Amino acid sequence: MNVTTEQAIVPETEEPQAADLFDKFAPLIQERDNLLATGVRDPFAIVMDEVKSPTEAVIDGKDTILLGTYNYMGMTFDPDVIAAGKEALEKFGAGTTGSRVLNGTYQGHKACEEALKDFYGMDHAMVFSTGYQANLGIVSTLAGKGDYVILDADSHASIYDGCFLGNADIVRFRHNNAENLEKRLAKLPPGAGKLVVLEGVYSMLGDIAPLDVMVPIAKKYGAMILVDEAHSMGFFGEHGRGVAEAQGVLDQVDFIIGTFSKSVGTVGGFCVSNHPKTDFLRLVCRPYTFTASLPPSVVATATTSIRKLMHAGNKRAHLWENSKRLHQGLRDLGFTLATDEPESAILAVLLPDQEKAVRMWQALLELGLYVNMARPPATPAGVYLLRCSLCAEHSAEQVEQILGMFEAAGKATGSIPQ
Amino acid sequence: MTDRATTFASVEALIEPFNAKGVELGESTTFAGDLEWDSLTVMDFVASIEDEFDIVITMNQQAEIETVGQLVDAVEESKA
Ligand SMILES: Cc1ncc(COP(=O)(O)O)c(C=O)c1O
Repeated sequence: MNVTTEQAIVPETEEPQAADLFDKFAPLIQERDNLLATGVRDPFAIVMDEVKSPTEAVIDGKDTILLGTYNYMGMTFDPDVIAAGKEALEKFGAGTTGSRVLNGTYQGHKACEEALKDFYGMDHAMVFSTGYQANLGIVSTLAGKGDYVILDADSHASIYDGCFLGNADIVRFRHNNAENLEKRLAKLPPGAGKLVVLEGVYSMLGDIAPLDVMVPIAKKYGAMILVDEAHSMGFFGEHGRGVAEAQGVLDQVDFIIGTFSKSVGTVGGFCVSNHPKTDFLRLVCRPYTFTASLPPSVVATATTSIRKLMHAGNKRAHLWENSKRLHQGLRDLGFTLATDEPESAILAVLLPDQEKAVRMWQALLELGLYVNMARPPATPAGVYLLRCSLCAEHSAEQVEQILGMFEAAGKATGSIPQ
Repeated sequence: MTDRATTFASVEALIEPFNAKGVELGESTTFAGDLEWDSLTVMDFVASIEDEFDIVITMNQQAEIETVGQLVDAVEESKA
């Protein structure tokens, strides 16, 4: 029988049997179904029906205190920020419908880059459509074939994805371990281009990097250094520039990556640098070029917010007070926290497994408190946690209320002793 | 023991703490299939291999390694 006949006798109606593309998710789908079958709410499907302020929303008809946003400096409802956004919306329209390098750069995007340069005291700034794209673009573009990216094992997904988009060799070191970083660097070919990628605050455990130790090590091996200050902008350092400023090494950092979706209170991403060739990246960085630019109202709100954050010393001080009080209070109640001391505006309450974490999360929600539930792979292997992120607009009374809810939920779910 | 056999034995010892199922280890044992490791377990394990042998295994190399035998070969090559 020749091939032609065999093909000819297959009935025309029979569909070809290709593998089901969803098969690879079967174990995860099963795990999720099992969890939801226990009757708990889906922690990844919350809807905010109304948002009343940076710290309060209505979820399922219930007034809820928000302790799981990135709104560290409470800028989302700042009257000046909102006024700037409204004005730009009316003057420049709802969107740019174009790439930054074609028709998508308005004076507002330039003004925003000027605000960033002033904020960081640096020569160059590039505004991206999100922080995710800023990491994706800068990491993949700077490190090419034959170069090395050396990154912390607990790096954010956007940094990993930047590695996967590019062609460099990727080397990991153990989280926040300076000795391990040096060990890896020492093994790499001395002549190869190197980009060391660090974060100021690691967003899952809320711990900060020893940049004052790591940055000089990276320099010793001739590497360029990129620090993602997504969770530290506005809060750390005298001018709010981040952990590198607070630890006195900002002048040795080559590129700072940041986002407008946290302390700035809107959406967008950026890279600032003193490197004289930074602006050239606009032409070769695909996640910058091949996507539409931010709407005029968004860059206007960001600009106003960034300029206000330069003088937010009092807010920074209050946010630290909140973080210290909540950390101490949670410990006194008997919860296990990821860091011995409050290191940032993020406090992670560790729980032994997914079911306990979800039960506690749901009990808090029912009492009127929203926190983030996080699990691997967003967290390190085996770590289930409730991430609490504080806002400079949380009042001292709200922090006490929050502690009361943790006590009630912890006792009700057996997470802390009766 | 040959160098390779010594490396194999050390790798085996490093696998043990991650071998929750007590799978019998051989050249062709796969990390994802037989040992059922997820990406985070692989990441921790590779870090312990790098520290033990004082080598670098890039993520690019790691993507090509599926079996214990292939890992031992990669370690041997990096040590050379
Ligand atoms: C460390 C880090 N980098 C980058 C990003 C991405 O920021 P954006 O929300 O602007 O995409 C985030 C936010 O999730 C982050 O945590």
